[in-house]
Amino acid sequence: MQLPIYRKRVTRSPGGDLAALIMLLLLGSFTALPMVYVVSSAFKPLNELFLFPPRFFVRNPTLDNFKDLAVLMSESWVPISRYLLNTLIITCLGTAGHVLFASLCAFALAKHRFPGSRLVFNLIVISLMFAPEVTAIPNYLIIARLGWLNTYRAVIVPAWQSSLGLFLMKQFMDQMVPDSLLEAARIDGAGEWKVFWKVAMPTVRPAWLTLIILSFQSLWGNTGSSFIYSENLKTLPYALNQIVAGGIARAGVGAAVALLMMIVPVTVFIFNQRSVVQTMGTSGLKE
Amino acid sequence: MRLRAFWKKWGVSYLFAAPYVLLFLLFTVVPVLVAITLSFTSYNMLQPPVWVGWANYVKLLFADDVFLIAVKNTLLFAAITGPLSYMLCLLLAWFINELKPTMRTILTLLFYAPSISGNVFMIWTILFSGDMYGWVNSVLIRWGIIYEPVRWLTDPDTLLWVTMLVTLWMSLGTSFLAFIAGLQGIDESLYEAGAIDGVRNRWQELWFITLPAMRPQLLFGAIISITSSFAAGSHIVALVGFPSTDYAGHTVITHLMDYGNIRFEMGYASAIATLLFVAMLLTQQLVQRMLRKIG
Repeated sequence: MQLPIYRKRVTRSPGGDLAALIMLLLLGSFTALPMVYVVSSAFKPLNELFLFPPRFFVRNPTLDNFKDLAVLMSESWVPISRYLLNTLIITCLGTAGHVLFASLCAFALAKHRFPGSRLVFNLIVISLMFAPEVTAIPNYLIIARLGWLNTYRAVIVPAWQSSLGLFLMKQFMDQMVPDSLLEAARIDGAGEWKVFWKVAMPTVRPAWLTLIILSFQSLWGNTGSSFIYSENLKTLPYALNQIVAGGIARAGVGAAVALLMMIVPVTVFIFNQRSVVQTMGTSGLKE
Repeated sequence: MRLRAFWKKWGVSYLFAAPYVLLFLLFTVVPVLVAITLSFTSYNMLQPPVWVGWANYVKLLFADDVFLIAVKNTLLFAAITGPLSYMLCLLLAWFINELKPTMRTILTLLFYAPSISGNVFMIWTILFSGDMYGWVNSVLIRWGIIYEPVRWLTDPDTLLWVTMLVTLWMSLGTSFLAFIAGLQGIDESLYEAGAIDGVRNRWQELWFITLPAMRPQLLFGAIISITSSFAAGSHIVALVGFPSTDYAGHTVITHLMDYGNIRFEMGYASAIATLLFVAMLLTQQLVQRMLRKIG
């Protein structure tokens, strides 16, 4: 089975491959600039941070910014680990619930096509186009009416029904899961939950891995500030914003914070994305 | 009895869909309906809303000159950044897909970097700073292309174009990742069959095999492009300030934010959101029709 190589020979020219790689690397180094800048700034001493005209790379790297941050954190009366815990609870529960509920619903919409499924799907897609700026107030009123103000729930539960995730999962269920595969599992006596969990979900692995990246990233950066006001329930980004809001003197700490906040989503990204691109060919059964 | 049979046939489907759909109704559909209703009222967030009928819409369309500027800018902005960012996501995802997994992960991260690094796009304000220390100005002056610094972010002739450039640079986000994952779902045997049927180069393969096989993702990406290019606003404000010089960077969303967050005229802001919603729906219908022609 040397087919991939056969395919390469026919439709790919070595010159084209090389040109594509060079273009990708050039563009990639251009889009990566901000990340390099964040890393470099975090190690800049104050005089370099305020240098004018600004310099891209750090000249005399220092850990001062991180030391200052550590001092500030140890002085806060709510320990920093508590903020981190809050953010982890919100991010993990929010992401897990979103992936589960969106996948379940997407499976039913794509593969059962029950009466009303088209209407539901169209509503969800259409809802993506309504500016969230004006729904913020009704949303707040609903959360308040439910008595969820100042709880994790106020951030977690609405995250479960984000339209983006459902739309993504539905499209992948359409593309990747052949009906015959599900039918085969049903004939073998699998219940519908088993068909979903053991057959459909493994097949759309690239989709939910991608959805985890997106959902994790948005919840990780969520300050929750419109719903949560008790200091010991506040999230990490909120607490760090408070530190950085100390003004010009906190610029160094701010640069360190930017780097620290980036590390976790980047790690999740690398971990998941690696699995996304390695799934090819493993899904096996196709029509 | 018929109900029983119906439940036997579809019960599981409704149970699967129920948790999501109920939450969706409560946290998305209800707020949207409330906002659309508010668009027919005058509501300052302190006093109860007062019904005014079509007054907000009439004022928007016939008496609000700034709104017309915003519409013009938004259409220009969306017409350029929407299709370009879409093509960019698709082409780069497709090129990346040829590489080995490790290289692919690294390059994906590099391209996705602007979406994951928070508001680091603000370094563009240093690049396009209006004095001769701004990097773009200093390079152009050194090369003798311009003789005095251009005020990129405050000159009404240039600022919208700079925001478009930054938007394109930031655009390799959600749909880019969706395309990369979508390319994983294409059956290898399709390519073999294509090669036998006479597909000669990578571009033919893209058009006749790859794109038709990932139609669901193409639609997903198109809708994300529409929503993000029509709803551009917050990063434009961050770059060129509010209000921008001569309203040259004023979009429908910044207009909405002006009325919603600054003037507290929620009824009027909701009317703007509703009109924007209608415009996006029309565009979506158009794009969906175009996507059917692929392959």
